[in-house]
Amino acid sequence: MTLTVSPTVATDLAPEAASRALKVGIPKEIFAGERRVAATPDTAKKLQKLGFEIFLETQAGAAASFSDRAYEQVGCHILPDAPSLWQTVDIVLKVRPPQWYAEFEAHEADWLQPDSTLVSFIWPTQNGELMERLAQRGSTVLAMDAVPRISRAQKLDALSSMANIAGYRAVIEAANQFGRCFTGQITAAGKTPPAKILIIGAGVAGLAAIGAARGLGAIVKAFDTRPAVKEQVQSMGAEFLELHFQEDGTGTGGYAKVMSQAFIAAEMALFAQQAQEVDIIITTALIPGKPAPLLITRDMVETMKPGSVVVDLAAEQGGNCEVTQPGEIITHQGVTIIGLTDLPSRMAAQASQLYGNNLYHLLSDLGGSQHFEVNLEDEVIRGTTVIYQGQILGPPPQSEATAPAATETVTPPTAPAPAHSRGLGGRVLGLLTLALIFVALGLWAPESFLTHFTVFVLASFLGWKVIWDVTPALHTPLMSVTNAISGIIIIGGMLQISGDLTAPTTMLGALALFLGTVNIAGGFMVSQRMLNMFHR
Amino acid sequence: MSNNLVTVAYIAASVLFILSLSGLSHQDTAKRGNWLGMLGMAIAFLATALLCQGYPIQASAIGLGLFVGVVAAARVAMTAMPEMVAFLNSFVGLAAVLVGFAEYLQPSTALGGMDATLHRIEIYAGVFIGMVTFTGSMVAVGKLQAILPSRSVLLPARHILTIAMLVAMVAFAFPFLSATGSEGLVPLGVLTTLAGIFGIVIVMAIGGADMAVVISLLNSYSGLASAAAGFMLNNDLLIITGALVGSSGAILSYIMCKGMNRSFINVLLGGFGEGASNPGQRAGSAEQATATNASEVVDLLEAAQSVVIVPGYGMAVAQAQHAVAEITQILRTQGKQVRFGIHPVAGRMPGHMNVLLAEANVPYDIVLEMDEINDDFPKTDVVLVIGANDTVNPIAQEDPTSPIAGMPVMEVWRAETVVVVKRSLSPGYAGVDNPLFYRDNTLMFFGDAKANINGVLAQLSDQVGRPVATAALSAA
Repeated sequence: MTLTVSPTVATDLAPEAASRALKVGIPKEIFAGERRVAATPDTAKKLQKLGFEIFLETQAGAAASFSDRAYEQVGCHILPDAPSLWQTVDIVLKVRPPQWYAEFEAHEADWLQPDSTLVSFIWPTQNGELMERLAQRGSTVLAMDAVPRISRAQKLDALSSMANIAGYRAVIEAANQFGRCFTGQITAAGKTPPAKILIIGAGVAGLAAIGAARGLGAIVKAFDTRPAVKEQVQSMGAEFLELHFQEDGTGTGGYAKVMSQAFIAAEMALFAQQAQEVDIIITTALIPGKPAPLLITRDMVETMKPGSVVVDLAAEQGGNCEVTQPGEIITHQGVTIIGLTDLPSRMAAQASQLYGNNLYHLLSDLGGSQHFEVNLEDEVIRGTTVIYQGQILGPPPQSEATAPAATETVTPPTAPAPAHSRGLGGRVLGLLTLALIFVALGLWAPESFLTHFTVFVLASFLGWKVIWDVTPALHTPLMSVTNAISGIIIIGGMLQISGDLTAPTTMLGALALFLGTVNIAGGFMVSQRMLNMFHR
Repeated sequence: MSNNLVTVAYIAASVLFILSLSGLSHQDTAKRGNWLGMLGMAIAFLATALLCQGYPIQASAIGLGLFVGVVAAARVAMTAMPEMVAFLNSFVGLAAVLVGFAEYLQPSTALGGMDATLHRIEIYAGVFIGMVTFTGSMVAVGKLQAILPSRSVLLPARHILTIAMLVAMVAFAFPFLSATGSEGLVPLGVLTTLAGIFGIVIVMAIGGADMAVVISLLNSYSGLASAAAGFMLNNDLLIITGALVGSSGAILSYIMCKGMNRSFINVLLGGFGEGASNPGQRAGSAEQATATNASEVVDLLEAAQSVVIVPGYGMAVAQAQHAVAEITQILRTQGKQVRFGIHPVAGRMPGHMNVLLAEANVPYDIVLEMDEINDDFPKTDVVLVIGANDTVNPIAQEDPTSPIAGMPVMEVWRAETVVVVKRSLSPGYAGVDNPLFYRDNTLMFFGDAKANINGVLAQLSDQVGRPVATAALSAA
């Protein structure tokens, strides 16, 4: 703590020196039913490690079961109301876009200080009026819904982290409405068949839903227009439904694109058939910048078995199901249609933690408190920034990178041919040389040599066959055993030794004998030592 | 003692050696294989002992050799096995040289014409192979022990130098063949010197991680040296044994080369990465890698159901295998599936990692080869990469222009989470940056492998310790 001296000195020299810790504010969310909060005590602690000072509006985390006390314990400051919070801090972290605050008869956006920064979900294309309002404040706004969907930005991708929770929760909500067990059982009281679930769209939410539904014991099928996700669907333990129709629906940014008429017709036929079969349908299909595609028609819902459930995760964008009522749970001819739009908020503690982590990674990428800078040169920051110092920025030029979360694990391109495959010419040449050597040997080599040569070639082949069977785990003992048996060269040494101590051959032979014996003793011993270690 | 009886004994020894090697095909039969090898050696030795003379000298040479061999074998650390093998290779090489010289000086057999010339050629070739094996192995030992620089040391114009030496060695064969009496010793001595330098130059050019190939290759040469001695001495047992060892070493080198997708020639010419003077662009900056710490790793391991540990040479260097084994044991008692994945070229010799893990008491049935485990990575929760780099580099599959393109690699990045224990983000031996480190499912656990793993072990056993203690109390 001796370092506290230096900031003071700096302040003396220049009152607004950069060493001042930036203040981060977390207001209470006022959107009806919103329970999430932009920082949990855990992520607040992480933000402090980046050098930020954290201010919270009182009760900001209460709906997500984080008390003011919990925040105070990690060193956050609690402020009594929203206006004072907005006016104190340099950076505001929020979940929902700023909106009209009835209690104060003011709009949250109007509290935003010039030169300050707002980080939140904004949905700039849908909220033109809000964007104008924010731009007038002359501040900088980063939209968490505009984070580019490239690998590098995955740790800030709040849409993915929220979609993950929504997918999980969708299964839980469906289970809650569904009158039967998910898992099949045979009990004394009779048999319960397992629930059959169809999940349409295998993005982040779809995969999370597959995982949750499989975990509860259901039989899960999934459909997606992007063939690349087949492997991921199967790896989660679900069946991947396929159309016998060649069209790749991979669009940019990890989403699907709009498909051709013929494809849609085939797709609808598949859904109509599946609707009669499955108990639960969870739809997660979204195409960026467009209303959600209609996949489940009223007719299909009516053919579903009574007691079935449809969960429409696209409800906010108009719904994948024709009868969906956004924000509501309704029953249509015995089929429950869940159009809830606040699924992440229903798991507020978990969602806040993940969202808080996304925000932490963003602020960390922005340079922390010491080097805080909205660097528009950075592709990720540029994409996320929707208003820069009062200026509305259009969407960034599309980058060609298509490495989104969903398609990242596509099989890599096949490896190039091994570097050492020789040309045909080389092989022919090699064979010819070999043939010439054999002819020469046959012509001129004495018979005794040929006998030995036969033995040598046969033994080499035998060795080649035997050694391939050796398990790679034993390659080191193999080498030490071969070391030991090549010590057989002692025979050569032994035969050179004569009774005459001074004869050079005796000395050479004795030395060779010594070296060979070291090999034999050392090789066998160390092999035995190693082999003794291997146990099951 | 009749010569026929000796021949029969040699046949028995040959069969036993073959059985010995085939016994090594599996852990269950490996020990028996080793015993069969010893038995074969004893039979061959006894049969030869009946033929020869000068027993006091024989006995003292053997006694000394036994003593040195046993002491060395009992003392050598498992991490130093590559050096041990290289040392033993060099001894065979040197012995072959000595036998060659002795055979030349031995006036015994009166051969004439073609036979005499052939005999000289055999001696000449035997001395050459023996000497290359000897000096090459000594350089390998020096490199492994870091007495010599482990990077590839290239002489200027070394290809011309190598070819010149080869030509000179062939040229000196002619005066040797036509020499009478002991005057052939001069060209033979020149050959010995040249072959010695040749071995040094060749192995000096080969860099650290390629030592595995070199040691296998020298192992093969030591076999060929024995076989050459067999040709000189008209001894089939030596030929058979030499051929077996020769093919064994050749197969191992072949496997190693395939493990790196490189050709023999490419390895022998040395300087991996020299060709690609531009080691490729950095795959990311330090900020994009996510660092982690011991407690996070413990949390990950606690939450995981299946764990795969991928060790590399870094684990051997840091001597972290015992701590790794203890972590494995703790996780296994918690009912988690823990397995090891070994890349064919991990470590400094074939099978090196397996021996280190066996020494640390890791059961061998959870230590799997790359091909056995690669398909399981997508179903794995946590992969712990300890001191490995090039062998887990996804760029080998993704970038066909990379120097390691096409090299088979462990597909660790397919797992849920990858924890890489490593000192820094620096590239590995191949000089290729590793994009794995910057992936979003990769956590970098920076620092010394041993210190880091011990940190994890300490926290893990703390957490495990408590419930075990309470269980003991309630049982009492």
